[in-house]
Formats: sequence, structure tokens, C-alpha cells
Amino acid sequence: MKHYFFKRIFLVIPTMIGVTFITFILLKALPGDPVQGLAGERTSLETIKRLKKELGTEQPVLIQYTGYMKLLFRGELGRSYYTNRKVTTDIKEKLPNTIKLAVGAMIFSTLAGLLLGILMAVAPGSIWDRIGQVISVSGISIPVFFLGLLFIYLFSFVFQVLPPSGMGNGSILFLIMPAATLGLNSSAYLARITRSSLIEILSQPYIVTAKAKGVKKSSIIVKHALKNAFIPIVTLIGLDFGSYLNGSVLTETIFGWDGIGRYAVEGIFKRDYPVILGCVLVGAILFILVNLVVDLLYGFFDPRIRHSIKDEI
Amino acid sequence: MTLLKKTQKNRFFYYSLAFISLFFLIAIFAPLIAPYDPLAIDLDHIKEPPSSTHLLGTDTVGRDVLSRIIYGTRISLFVGVSATLLSLGFGLIIGLISGYYGGKVDMFFTMIIDLFLAFPSLLLAIGISVVLPPGLFSVTFVLCIVGWASFARLFRGMVFSFKENTFVDSARAIGCSNMRIMFIHILPHCMPVSLIAASLKVGSFILAESALSFLGLGVQPPTPTWGAMVSLNRCYLPSAPWMILFPGLAIALAVIVFNSFGDASRDMMGQDVKI
Repeated sequence: MKHYFFKRIFLVIPTMIGVTFITFILLKALPGDPVQGLAGERTSLETIKRLKKELGTEQPVLIQYTGYMKLLFRGELGRSYYTNRKVTTDIKEKLPNTIKLAVGAMIFSTLAGLLLGILMAVAPGSIWDRIGQVISVSGISIPVFFLGLLFIYLFSFVFQVLPPSGMGNGSILFLIMPAATLGLNSSAYLARITRSSLIEILSQPYIVTAKAKGVKKSSIIVKHALKNAFIPIVTLIGLDFGSYLNGSVLTETIFGWDGIGRYAVEGIFKRDYPVILGCVLVGAILFILVNLVVDLLYGFFDPRIRHSIKDEI
Repeated sequence: MTLLKKTQKNRFFYYSLAFISLFFLIAIFAPLIAPYDPLAIDLDHIKEPPSSTHLLGTDTVGRDVLSRIIYGTRISLFVGVSATLLSLGFGLIIGLISGYYGGKVDMFFTMIIDLFLAFPSLLLAIGISVVLPPGLFSVTFVLCIVGWASFARLFRGMVFSFKENTFVDSARAIGCSNMRIMFIHILPHCMPVSLIAASLKVGSFILAESALSFLGLGVQPPTPTWGAMVSLNRCYLPSAPWMILFPGLAIALAVIVFNSFGDASRDMMGQDVKI
């Protein structure tokens, strides 16, 4: 088991190096001077000189890359062109908000996805199943930003029950719509998986036995079936947590949520390159780490998964 | 029962195929179908709600929303389909080589595939988009870079299982070259799956294109794109919802159609494809 954990953790290293290499290439490909790009426009000449020396812009690309890595290890992602604040400071400030949103989305998608999936699996082919299918297909296909605007229109302008945007000093009311918007897509996938794995399990002999014993239907589903359907469901929940980073870019923009997604989009609108590339890099690193943690947890909980991954390695 | 189910599934397949053809017809014959010029500004009729003259209303400078949606079909379909074909082709080649040769070659390519799958796709697309001049080809290119790896992974796995088959051994025994075995003998077996994977991918690429357009990184205005139509008019949501609602629905509908086609063909062929 230790062997598996170490191997999985070790595999992250080349990916991390590759990710930083790609952002490095993007930094090099930026229009304008890369040093200026990293330092920001209002930086003093000395800093630029120092950065140039550290980056070694006249040296071969590989040596430049090691210089870039050295900067990264010190947590140097450059400064915003506009506010002249360190990108790392900004990201540190905004990251908790994004995580809060992602956790909210995860709770929403788990509840909604499980509920819808169970509803569909109880009577396949019924009207509930059909409605659930339509909801899950639309949930997968609807663009996040459009869904967010639709929610704002319905709940803030037509029914006037929820605030359209902002963070509201941590009030839960402000979290509901963004979390639902961000979570709906994965709840649609979750509903599908829940449905298909529940239907498969409900046809197993032990369920028939339980039925014959006279166990209540609700208890069959919750106690007997759902427990065994849990592994694919939990896997999906975990894997989707990483993908919330994608959706948060759009969701945060629409709801004025002060996280790294909106920070990145503001960077795009102002062509604030250090901000954009900083967010891309931090996002990728987070994504890798979340996936790593999810993998390790499953390896811990279910040895079968561990072995299948081991085979791949 | 099973026969009934099968015909129902088939019906689903043909419905979605019909809708896809409809989208293509709309894109091709946009100039004939669109009631107005999508770029024609008409300041006497701004922000008009849907009516008999403007079926889906007009936007902030009086352009006909329906005509703009019809022309927007062109961008979405072009980007969705061409990015899919390119990334499918590239993914197929890499997947074939990696799966067929195995060993060190496979390790190398798997590392690169994993690297590209390690990025959150939209963030990577944003990162690449900002360094490229915005436009139709940049968007297509960016989506290819983001999308090829999942195809490559899919086909690598398939080729791995195919090459254990006797037909590969026989081909080798009669002296076929590696290239010939890969492209003439193994490749055709990947075709059904690539159809399913491709149609699912078109849907997700249309979504991604609309997201990039929404962020201002797609095809630039005044060319109408669905994502930009939603994005640029979103501050008028309370007063003129039709400017946002209809383009948004167009995106959702297009994605639903391609996803359903992928799902239906998957069910019909009995293949389990995840992309």
C-alpha cells in the first residue's frame, strides 16, 4: 500500500514540471517584454535589472526556465499591471472564496444529483424518470454562464427572493445561486451515474431477498442499494471537485463573487498578463493536487481501485 | 420488449441526426434564411421585444436577434466540428503510435497526454487564447490543444487491446509494415468509437467556444457569436431578456443535439465510451 501511495505522489512531479513549463512557454509567447510582463509596468529599474539577471533573458531557454522555477519556488508570480499588487497576495486573498463556492457547489450537486438519480431509478421508464432524464440532459448541455443569468433573472428579478450578485459578508443567501449554478452540471452527471448504478444493483438477488423478507422500499433503496452504489458516485463527486475550477471562472464573473475565477477574468479584460498566467498556473496546480488527494483517498478506501491504478502504472 | 426498446433508441438516433442536419442547413443557408442583415444597425428600433417584424426582438443597436443567432450558428458549428476533426485526427495518430509501439514510446506519450489532461481545460484555453491574436482560427487551434489528449488516451487504450488480436499477428506474419498494420488494420476498428466520441466532443467544444466568446476571447465582434451575444447584453437582463435568452437557448439546443446523437449512437452500437 505504501508503495502505491509513494508511486502516485511521485507521478505528480513530472506533471508539475510540465505544467510550469507550459506556463513558461506562454509567458515567453506573450506580446511584449517577458521581464516587464513578470514585473509589471510600475516596477523600478532596479527590480527589472534584478529580475533580468535572475531570469537570464539572454541565456538559453532551459536556463531561463530554471530561473523561472526559482522565482516560482519563492512564490513570485509577478505583479498586476494595474494595481501593482503581488499576484500571489491577491490569489491568497481570493482563494478561500473560491473554495467556499466550490464546497457549496459540491453540497448542492451531491444533494440534487442523488435525489434526482434515486427518483429516476425507483421506477425506470416512469414519468419521473422521463422528467429526470430531461433535467439531466439539459443540465449537462446548458452553458454555465447562461444558467447563472437565467437564475438571476428568475430569482432576483421575477420572484425577487435572492440577491443577484455580490458576497453579502458571508450571508448564505448570496451563496445559493452561485453554488447551484456551479454545481448543476455535475449534479446532472451524478444523477445519471446514480440512476444507472442503482438500477443495476436493484436487479441483484439480494435485493429480491430483501423484498421477499418484506423490507420497506425506502429502506431497500437507502440501506441496501445506495450503500453499494456509493463507490462510482463518490468517485464522481471527488473528480468533479477539481473541475469546479473551470466553472468558477464563469460563475464568479456573473455573480460578482470575489474569487480567483473572477480575478482571472478581470485580468483577461484588462490584458493583465501576470494575473492571467498566475491564475492559470495556480489553477492547474490546485487541480492536480485535488485529483491526487481524491486518488489517494480512494486507494485508501477501496483497494480494488488501488490495484487497477497500479496495473496502469 | 427489447425490439421495442431498440427501435425507440433508433428513433432517438434519427431524431438527433435530423436536428444536426437542420443545424448544418441553417449554417450553410444563413444568408437565405436570415430575415435581416445581422450587422445592420437600425437605431429607430432598438431593444424591441419579439414581434411579427422582429421574431426574436432587436438588440441595443437595433440588430435583429434572430438573424444574429442564425449567423452565429456558422461560428459555433465551424469551430465545434473543425476543432473536433483536428483533435480527433491528432489524438488518433498519437493514440495509435503510443498504443501500438508500447514501451518507452508509450511512456513518453502518456506523460504528455497526462500533462494536458492535468490542466483545467477552460483555464488552459484562456492561457493560450490571451497570447494568440483573437479570431476564428485561434479559437479552433486552442480547442484542439485542449481537446486532443482525451482522444489520444481513448484510442491508446483501444489499440492496446486490439494489438493482442490474431489479425495483427497474421498481418505481421505476412510482412506488413508497422505503418500498414496501424493505419490499414487497426485504424478501421477505432472508427465506430471515434464517431461516438467525436459527436460528444462537438457538443463540449460548442460549449467551450461559447464560454471563450463570453469572456471576449473568441471570434471578435461585430461577427455574431452566441456566447458574445449573451455576454455583451447581460447588463440588459432585467429590461430586455430576449437578447440573452434566445442565444443562450441556441447554445443549449446545439449541445443537447450533439450530445444526444453521441448517446444514441453509443446505445445503438453498444459501446461504452467516455470522453
